[in-house]
Amino acid sequence: MDLTRRKLLVIGGGAFAGASMIGLPAFASLTDDAIAELTGGADLGEGAIDLTAPEIAENGNTVPIKVSAPGAVAITIYADGNPVPNVATFKFGPLSGSRSASTRIRLATTQNVVAVAQMEDGSFQMAKANVKVTIGGCGG
Amino acid sequence: MASGVKPRVKVPKTAAAGDIITIKTLISHKMESGQRKGDDGNLIPRSIINRFTAGFNGQNVIDVTLEPAISTNPYFQFEAIVPETGEFTFTWYDDDGSVYDTSKKITVS
Repeated sequence: MDLTRRKLLVIGGGAFAGASMIGLPAFASLTDDAIAELTGGADLGEGAIDLTAPEIAENGNTVPIKVSAPGAVAITIYADGNPVPNVATFKFGPLSGSRSASTRIRLATTQNVVAVAQMEDGSFQMAKANVKVTIGGCGG
Repeated sequence: MASGVKPRVKVPKTAAAGDIITIKTLISHKMESGQRKGDDGNLIPRSIINRFTAGFNGQNVIDVTLEPAISTNPYFQFEAIVPETGEFTFTWYDDDGSVYDTSKKITVS
């Protein structure tokens, strides 16, 4: 069989699609695993934490996000579509003015950004935001 | 040491005692994620800043653990309480062992 450029592209495209189909659930469960490791399997409440992220990010290389959770001692950010789900952990000290922080993160593809806050009483709060990414931020 | 690393910090010069102020920090760093491939097809090794801390007169304000998913030139904005006149210290820890730091004085009037 003679492989033309066109055929190769079709085969390559198919293989890539297949790989990403297999890849996505694996990434999502990686995030669940990482969250379970942090919380020790404790229940995740919602409401006391606020995650602000753009609905559509044109450039996945730098996506501005903001988290805020009054009464939190630490907030951890995850991105469930990235090769490595962990993004950052903010630990607040005694002179922290408000339990909030902003930063810029990389997102490989359209996915959920998840923030988990550990509260002063030891409970956990979670917030999720879906971000559509036009151009992925993983180099490739 | 990664080349061209320059920390920049924005802190108000004065505040009233007990005020909550906003601090913005930025450090120029390429934050190589370890996921990208170079021209030769091999992965470029990871080289990032993995920790950032801010303190005031020896007390901690925020302690951030950074992963490769933090963008190039890591930027942080957060809030701090200013109980008295003193100095904010900011420290960044690089994967290669380098430590970058800077400080800003603030006067309570």
